[in-house]
Amino acid sequence: MNSADGTPAPAILSANRISKSFGEIPVLFSIDFDIKPGEVHAIIGENGAGKSTLIKILSGIEQPTSGTITYDGQTVTLPPDGKAEGMGIVLIHQELNLAEHLTASESIFLGREIKRFGFLDIGEMRKRAAALMDTLHVRVDPDDRISTLSVADKQMVEIAKAISRDARVLIMDEPTAVLSVGETQTLFEQIRRLTARGVAVIFISHKLDEIMELADRVTVLRDGQLIATVGTEALTPDSIAQMMVGRELSNLYPPKHEPDVDAPVVLGVRNLSAKGVRDISFDLKRGEILGFAGLIGSGRTAVAEAIVGLSHRTGGDIALDGKPVNFTQVAQSVDAGLAYMTKDRKGKGLLLNMGLRPNLTLLTLDKHIKAGFLDGSSEDRALERAVRRFDIRARDASVAVGRLSGGNQQKLMLGKTMESEPDIIIMDEPTRGIDVGTKQQIYHIIAALAAEGKSIILISSEMQEVIGLSHRVVVMREGRLTGVLEGAEITEAEIMRYAAGIKSGNDERISA
Amino acid sequence: MSVSAPDIPAKPKRGFRLDLKTVGPLLALALLVLLGISLNENFLSYNNLTNVLARSSFIGIIAIGATFVITAGGLDLSVGSMAAVIAGVMIMVMNWLIPTMGIGWGVVIAGMATGILLGGVAGVFNGTMITRGRIEAFIVTLGTMGIFRSLVTFLADGGTLSLNFQVADVYRPVYYAGLLGVPWPIIVFALVAIGGEVVMRYTAFGRYCAAIGSNEQVARYSSINVDNVRLLTYILQGVLVGVAVLLYVPRLGSASSTTGVLWELEAIAGVIIGGTTLKGGYGRIWGTVVGVVILGLIGNILNLQSLISPYLNGAFQGVIIILAVLLQRGRKNA
Ligand SMILES: Nc1ncnc2c1ncn2[C@@H]1O[C@H](COP(=O)(O)OP(=O)(O)OP(=O)(O)O)[C@@H](O)[C@H]1O
Ligand SMILES: [Mg+2]
Repeated sequence: MNSADGTPAPAILSANRISKSFGEIPVLFSIDFDIKPGEVHAIIGENGAGKSTLIKILSGIEQPTSGTITYDGQTVTLPPDGKAEGMGIVLIHQELNLAEHLTASESIFLGREIKRFGFLDIGEMRKRAAALMDTLHVRVDPDDRISTLSVADKQMVEIAKAISRDARVLIMDEPTAVLSVGETQTLFEQIRRLTARGVAVIFISHKLDEIMELADRVTVLRDGQLIATVGTEALTPDSIAQMMVGRELSNLYPPKHEPDVDAPVVLGVRNLSAKGVRDISFDLKRGEILGFAGLIGSGRTAVAEAIVGLSHRTGGDIALDGKPVNFTQVAQSVDAGLAYMTKDRKGKGLLLNMGLRPNLTLLTLDKHIKAGFLDGSSEDRALERAVRRFDIRARDASVAVGRLSGGNQQKLMLGKTMESEPDIIIMDEPTRGIDVGTKQQIYHIIAALAAEGKSIILISSEMQEVIGLSHRVVVMREGRLTGVLEGAEITEAEIMRYAAGIKSGNDERISA
Repeated sequence: MSVSAPDIPAKPKRGFRLDLKTVGPLLALALLVLLGISLNENFLSYNNLTNVLARSSFIGIIAIGATFVITAGGLDLSVGSMAAVIAGVMIMVMNWLIPTMGIGWGVVIAGMATGILLGGVAGVFNGTMITRGRIEAFIVTLGTMGIFRSLVTFLADGGTLSLNFQVADVYRPVYYAGLLGVPWPIIVFALVAIGGEVVMRYTAFGRYCAAIGSNEQVARYSSINVDNVRLLTYILQGVLVGVAVLLYVPRLGSASSTTGVLWELEAIAGVIIGGTTLKGGYGRIWGTVVGVVILGLIGNILNLQSLISPYLNGAFQGVIIILAVLLQRGRKNA
């Protein structure tokens, strides 16, 4: 991007021939990267390509093994532990980094508290926090505890925090992975407002349409190598995807095979009520992929958790293969062939401090017991299978799962869920934070499972995914089911109408 | 997808990786042994070593239970008081049974059974309050620590409960005799340690303890019955306190309000020195054994020399605990 007088602006922050190894393992190879004031520079690449590592180096969290960082024209060594924030380089982590027990206002001003006469000026901080929230159009009260906020709101608090620090370079690692379309648009508005003020923004996302919309330049990494840095105008989503994975990507979505018309109903839910949801009824047929669409917070996860016995059901009936069931513990639903894969892989899905093997087999440890004792070699075999089937990439099996790239964590979690050999699988945001190449793999796995006669509930906030895979789509809004779409009705516009409450199942019935 | 240099497909890797966290406790133990040898030629004598180990075995057996509790993210502060009250009740029961059963092994065995049963019951109580009552483990066991302590004081009427000396004579060999020259407490300690190591590493229960301590939500979503596993750790802890006490009673043949004072802290210290993380998620039994032996040796070495007052025992133990935790953290940052 050029400055006002038309000459190219000098870069504010640049990485020069940066390499990084963790121990013996090289992760980045001689990367050149720069960002200019007022520019949005996107970094894309497959899972494990080194995107997060690069921006950690650019913000001082990690030190490069070789190469230099230039900031404001000077070669610098960035201070570690987030102290680079003081210099105007603010990083919003892929894993949200907020202290859960603080209030929104406290966490925004954490480490930079406003003081008067040596005491905290709580009123002033609260006022400024409220003003920030206002400009961001978020309905978060400064006194709300972080732990009570939704993931999207937490993200917004992080962004408010960054804005309040007068960032000159704002780095965001997959900020939109947990945001709905509307929230993403609000975020983009804010980003544009910041770039207009001359802030440089580095942005990582696996959503290529967002990149096309927001970025001025795009840098593609593959396996730790710099593939290219190009202006967005020279790109199409297809060409980006191809650069990322190094081959042509065709057929992101596999062809749909409709389940037999007379396929039996394997899961019947009638008038289900639980915390946050009311009166949900739907059927899932054998071999069917049933999409669950709706805005974030519309209650889709609550439905899933009530079905599998993770949360208390206050009313309604659930039938498996026509037989009424009442799961009060997850173990019961797993035994009955019904598995739920959480969307919160760090908080509920994986033990981040443990290796791959105990994580993979945790749900199904019973299968690996011989004469009362764990059979390590049977676990190893399971891991080898899962690694092959889901293309999980890790340095070795003993590396703590928290150190895997986000996408590999997701694939491991998928492997873990599938270990229980379920007939019905409820997948909650199965491709969150996953690169296109892997997404394609996962879509084909999902379709293959359905073709085998497994039934799948696909909860996803990525509209394209729901449309591309589902045979039927259930739309939810504010804890209620507002519509079930079939065949040609499954379009983005139609789903949005139900999700936004412009249309509902009742209207449909009246008009029909 | 292309095969990438940094991300080779995961291959299960078996191998022994030396790191400070693993060798730290062993190194400390070796240093202490060398120090002991250099200070006093009697250090390595049969008498001295069996004496140290036999005394350490009470704390050791309790600490093995504590390793499970702590690994699963819990804490049991009541073990010392629990030991005292179990000892007291055991002695009362044995004395009370003499008129009906006479002097002999029958009474002693009934006493032992009472000890283990009481330990289990106390564990059930702690565990139930924590899991069903949803009260912090720290609070519950702080409460029962006070309750048990005052119960034993009450039962002893502020004094000492003594075992009938004829029964005590029958019972004595359980502490003082042994097999092939190894005293019984050491043998039991070893058996409990081996059993504990196997359970921790090679059973679903051990794996579940680590999973729960590491992240309770993940455990719940992985269909683990979190409450039951937690409850079991406290019951196991109680039973092991019972085992420790039935080895302890024949040593002195009495119990009072000062029995088992600070045992809970020594047990927890042994666990932590051994490399188990206090906030849960990772535990190892052999480490606990090494930790407890280290604590025992410090006291012993101080007694074997004359330069430093043995009254500084607690200070040295404290330094070791802090060092152990520092070493653990050092590795995490690496
Ligand atoms: N602290 C660490 N120790 C060892 N290896 C690490 C560490 N951090 C990252 N890695 C490895 O470096 C590689 C690059 O990881 P990075 O997190 O940068 O990927 P990414 O491009 O952000 O992927 P994703 O899109 O999945 O988030 C991965 O193989 C990862 O396992
Ligand atoms: Mg990343």
